[in-house]
Amino acid sequence: MSSSLAKTLAESARSFDSTGSEVDYEPAALRIARPSAKPASGVPVLAGPARLGCRELFKSYQKGSVGIPVLQGVHFDVSDGEFVAIIGASGSGKSTLLHLLGTLDKPDAGEVLFDGNRIDNLPATSRDLLRNRHFGMIFQAYHLLPELTAFENVLAPAYIYESTLGYWAKRKQYRQRAMELLELVGLADRAKHKPSELSGGEMQRTAIARALMLKPEVLLADEPTGNLDRSTGDQVMKTLCELNEKQNLTIIMVTHDPLIAGQADRTVQIAEGRIVG
Amino acid sequence: MYKLLLCWRYLRTRYIALICIVSVTLGVATMIVVNSVMAGFTHEMQSRLNGMLGDLVIDCRSMDGAPDAAAHMQTIRRTVGDDVVGMSPTVNVPALLYFDVYGANGKRQSVTRQITLVGIDKSTYADVSEFGNYLQHPKNRDQLDFQLRENGYDTIDHMAEDMSKVQPRKQMKSAGWGYRRYKSMIEKQHAAEAATKQPKAGDEKAEVNEPFDPFKAQAEANGEAQGQEFDSAKEQHTGIVLGIGICGMRLANGSDHFLALPGDDVKISFPTASMPPKAISERYTIVDFYESKMNEYDSNFVFVPIRSLQESRGLVDPTTGVGKFTSIQIKLKPGADANAIRDKLKSAFPQEFYMVSTWRDKQGPLLAAVQMETAVLNVLLFMIIAVAGFGILAIFYMIVVEKTRDIGILKSLGASGRGVMGIFLTYGFSLGLVGAGAGFVIGWLFVRYINEIADGLGRLTGQPVFDPSVYYFYKIPTIVQPFTVAWILAGAVLIAVMASILPARRAARLHPVRALRYE
Ligand SMILES: Nc1ncnc2c1ncn2[C@@H]1O[C@H](COP(=O)(O)OP(=O)(O)O)[C@@H](O)[C@H]1O
Ligand SMILES: [Mg+2]
Repeated sequence: MSSSLAKTLAESARSFDSTGSEVDYEPAALRIARPSAKPASGVPVLAGPARLGCRELFKSYQKGSVGIPVLQGVHFDVSDGEFVAIIGASGSGKSTLLHLLGTLDKPDAGEVLFDGNRIDNLPATSRDLLRNRHFGMIFQAYHLLPELTAFENVLAPAYIYESTLGYWAKRKQYRQRAMELLELVGLADRAKHKPSELSGGEMQRTAIARALMLKPEVLLADEPTGNLDRSTGDQVMKTLCELNEKQNLTIIMVTHDPLIAGQADRTVQIAEGRIVG
Repeated sequence: MYKLLLCWRYLRTRYIALICIVSVTLGVATMIVVNSVMAGFTHEMQSRLNGMLGDLVIDCRSMDGAPDAAAHMQTIRRTVGDDVVGMSPTVNVPALLYFDVYGANGKRQSVTRQITLVGIDKSTYADVSEFGNYLQHPKNRDQLDFQLRENGYDTIDHMAEDMSKVQPRKQMKSAGWGYRRYKSMIEKQHAAEAATKQPKAGDEKAEVNEPFDPFKAQAEANGEAQGQEFDSAKEQHTGIVLGIGICGMRLANGSDHFLALPGDDVKISFPTASMPPKAISERYTIVDFYESKMNEYDSNFVFVPIRSLQESRGLVDPTTGVGKFTSIQIKLKPGADANAIRDKLKSAFPQEFYMVSTWRDKQGPLLAAVQMETAVLNVLLFMIIAVAGFGILAIFYMIVVEKTRDIGILKSLGASGRGVMGIFLTYGFSLGLVGAGAGFVIGWLFVRYINEIADGLGRLTGQPVFDPSVYYFYKIPTIVQPFTVAWILAGAVLIAVMASILPARRAARLHPVRALRYE
């Protein structure tokens, strides 16, 4: 993407923050839920403060009367500003793990930690807020809302965060932010297009812009290039890398493709429900 | 915020949902039309009933009545005087009315009708009922005096709201003394001709199928006895006001045809108050018609001066000259509690001899029937809207299933279950609003132009939808009651919202991961 990405982001961040009115990076619910969990013994200790991590995660799906174990004690940490790729075969539970990290689902056992706080057992409203403000999510199937234009899709997290009146009051800043993000991913001229009028790569870039809308601390990407051809996929990867480098955005990316995974700072292998390296 | 936006987008892109609210729209429209027409009819009927009956009526249980209306009215004034605006005694008696009709072949035929003969006090009767306003001569509307007018009877129904619909009554133009003189002249000519012809063709007269006429003999006898000739060109009998339906009929094209006019004579037989009752007959001259537009009254009641009826029936005490009456009509102050006053009067007059009733009591069965009809129709029509509610429910379920992935996306972006639920509730609410609003507009327009629509349909099918000869209305009466409309609209919106609760709850409870993985 653009080489001036960091600058643009920094500027847009500044202009967005300058009002200083709407940003609340640590919701009250998180502060209340102080974790008691200490890292279990034998956990590899990483350099730098751990941004997001999990402790002995178990998850199985019920198929009739038998439980199919998917995750069997997944345990790892991602430090601030790190770009981690989780690689594993199809069906190895990568998506399941990412959903657990993003509080979309609850583990059967184990903990998910965000900035050292346990988040998997938070009440629903706090988890909703986490997903809304602190995590950005990108999916293999893009998952844009078909009724909204690209521009409105990017704005969606702000729509959800704000009440109608609140959004109305700050609509200028939000719209400006959304437009800057679309420029950042090179889709300024597609703002008025519906997802059905965009190509796969354009949809994924819109999804990235949407994930960045409320300036999350962590970006969770589930095979973001899985549906794209090599060159479009590379474009998306380049965008992610730049975000990581220039914005110091923490990214956890799931993929089955070693070539894609190779572009990350670190690769974590998952097999048979465990981290194997 | 996203709730409104998405709801709006779904409204605009999901026409199937709009189709499912068509039934809501139709239900609401029908309910508004039905209620407006029913309210219009009820109101029209009530005002006419009340107009004819007065607010309260004290009836004697005996047809022969009770003496001294003045004393009774004094008692009424003493008991409930504060609420009484006017009172008027009447004498009511069933009677037979005869009048002559000349057929198209010029042959005369006597028509007999069963009627209720009402003796009224012309000075006070107008105070207790709308009777005065229903008359056809403008001066009689001011003050009726039972005298035939020279001319000037209305040719246009003065009560019609919509003049464009009214067919002029051309016959009424000639009504009055002029008509009476002309008719008298013609009759004299006929009589003279018959007198000259009779010796030549004696059997020709027998061909005219003339029923036995007791009056002729009687009148001739009277005339001979008093030794004076009654000149119908200059004199009139006692005046009588006929209901317009007795000798008039409305043709299918809406125009009226009269078999007799003010100026014609009629004969009436009724029972005397003696024991045993004897039938006696009197001649009257039509001085006016009254038209209350209530068919039961217009084709049943005829009015004569109370004093003449009292005298004819032998209701006058020969020594004191005090007449008997059969009922007293009472007009109450506006806003007075008719039922409470009725109960007070009931205790003042012995129930063995008197019946006290409000006009509503008198027309109770009719009013109750109309009310019942309205209620049943409303229940049935609301069922239609309820059925529409199930349609909404089904289609909403479909939409929730179709939107499963979008729901997952919204949840992954931090939307709460309640927020997602809000989308579909808002959606249901807006569909209800749109449906009810469209229904209101359609229903209101329909009511507004109901007569034009009825006319158009009549032209189209060749058969009048609203036959004025049946209803004696020129137009279908309608009243749009804001309270009823608000109630209908609220009900429709509520049903739409209720129908969307279940699908909305399902959407709220969707597991985000399962929703995201949903293909
Ligand atoms: N709802 C579910 N019910 C049953 N099994 C499921 C369900 N979701 C996922 N699985 C199973 O869990 C395993 C891991 O799935 P997933 O996390 O999607 O793997 P990956 O993303 O690595 O391909 C797969 O075997 C899949 O079949
Ligand atoms: Mg997967």
